[in-house]
Amino acid sequence: MIELTAVEIRDGVRAGKLRARDVCEAHLARIKALDPKVHAFLHVDEAGARAAADRVDASPDKGPLAGVPLAVKDNMCQRGVPTTCASKILEGFRPPYDATALLRALAAGAVPLGHTNLDEFAMGSSTENSAYGPSRNPWDLARAPGGSSGGSTAAVAARMAALAFGSDTGGSIRQPAALCGVVGMKPTYGRVSRYGLVAFASSLDQIGPIARTVRDAAVFLGAMSGHDTLDSTSAPVEVPDYEKELEAGVKGLRVGVPKEFFGAGTDPGVRAAIDAALKQLQKLGATLVDISLPHTDYGIAAYYVIAPCEASSNLARYDGVRFGHRAKSFDGLVDMYRKSRTEGFGEEVRRRILLGTFALSSGYYEAYYRKALQVRRLIKNDFDEAWKTVDVIAGPTSPIPAFRIGEKADDPIAMYLCDVLTVTAPLAGIPGVSVPAGFTPGGLPVGLQLLGKEWSEATLLRAGRAYERETEWWRKGPQV
Amino acid sequence: MDITRPLVEKVALLARLEIPPAGADKAAAQLGRIVTMVEKLNELDTKNVEPMTNPTGLVDAFRSDEPRPSLPRAEALANAPDKVEMFLRVPRVVE
Repeated sequence: MIELTAVEIRDGVRAGKLRARDVCEAHLARIKALDPKVHAFLHVDEAGARAAADRVDASPDKGPLAGVPLAVKDNMCQRGVPTTCASKILEGFRPPYDATALLRALAAGAVPLGHTNLDEFAMGSSTENSAYGPSRNPWDLARAPGGSSGGSTAAVAARMAALAFGSDTGGSIRQPAALCGVVGMKPTYGRVSRYGLVAFASSLDQIGPIARTVRDAAVFLGAMSGHDTLDSTSAPVEVPDYEKELEAGVKGLRVGVPKEFFGAGTDPGVRAAIDAALKQLQKLGATLVDISLPHTDYGIAAYYVIAPCEASSNLARYDGVRFGHRAKSFDGLVDMYRKSRTEGFGEEVRRRILLGTFALSSGYYEAYYRKALQVRRLIKNDFDEAWKTVDVIAGPTSPIPAFRIGEKADDPIAMYLCDVLTVTAPLAGIPGVSVPAGFTPGGLPVGLQLLGKEWSEATLLRAGRAYERETEWWRKGPQV
Repeated sequence: MDITRPLVEKVALLARLEIPPAGADKAAAQLGRIVTMVEKLNELDTKNVEPMTNPTGLVDAFRSDEPRPSLPRAEALANAPDKVEMFLRVPRVVE
């Protein structure tokens, strides 16, 4: 039962061939068996999952995710369920409300199994920054699953959940999806409500689907998307039926291949897999076009100004007053703030708050923050120029496959560079998807990244599906 | 640019964080390396480039101004680390 895709589960439940409760039990048992090794989950809500499954079984209304076991990244608020962002500062926090995207998935019949591990406040590329210990890559337990949504991608790869929520700020859905061999999509900014997503960098953050197949991702995206009056940055743009054009193929599709996406740091195994994927797309009728996105190499620099600036402002709310950790002893209000925050936040979060506070402080604002926003515009202009000649852009999601736990832990800049191919999409606000594209000679998954213009999710999913149909990499699972 | 120890300490106060004295030099050096990395942005001429603060074209996204139920007080206070009756308790602010 754990090998079934989300759509297979949904269809089985609708046809009366499967009970949501049985599917739920199979996944809870799988978690019990495997998660001590993988550590994808921070909190498993067995009682809540069973109750949700029973409600699906009892209801005549079987929604588009009826009975589908779902893992929730631990930076999405779920009423009454511990939500920590993998931070000590939120230990014991139980939100009094649900994130909109989660509410929509639940209304569609999804069965929430629990909350998954992440880099603290989604700041990182390996889940090693979790205050509760790293997750492990199901393909090789000595390696990181990527991050920050590494718990979610590991859970889906290891068949502990059919679907998982991720959030992407600089690549936090796509990079771990690539490193774990699953599908992960960052939608257009504004496609999915951010209400109830704990804010990291508000102009970049976007919730998106993690799944084993492109079809599952499409159905899940459709269920969570749409305008929400509780998020003023959610867009009043109609949500198409993402399944409708899924099988339409790529004949005539113009696929841009940016030379900047194949830099000197690209792993040869990744390079070979992506070259083969591009040939496959060509064989299916797509036209490959050499393009240039000249400001790609400035993405990391712009991102590591903008994201920390927004984070330093957003994370000011953790003051030890209304919720979260408060220091036991202190001398006055300012000291209470400083001690509570220093005790509660981990090293990388403190580093980014300092960096952002510096870049926004008097005397440095123009040179760093404003400059980064101008470069953000140049990055966006690169994409707008590209759309004049191509429909989608293709390349690797990550220049390297899964790395060993501890390998980059002491070098923040080496870790930041993991996101070199993923940061530009959120800076520009455009959607991107990572689709399994085979394996390196060492047996580690490789992800093919497809980027498109605003609101082109259906095109990306269609291209991803055309490639997936020929290759079926998703059928191969890890031996944990 | 070089991030000095006094600068890090000033920024830490602004950010309401503490830097343990033993870690201040390491923190300054690490921030300095990151700031040097982002100074790559200075290679680009951005004269007359409009800053891009967010990717949406949305302006004035208001919802209708109608009263609606809000969080019950007990629930809103449930996660507070220190409370008295219906209030949050904090150290004395005004002498």
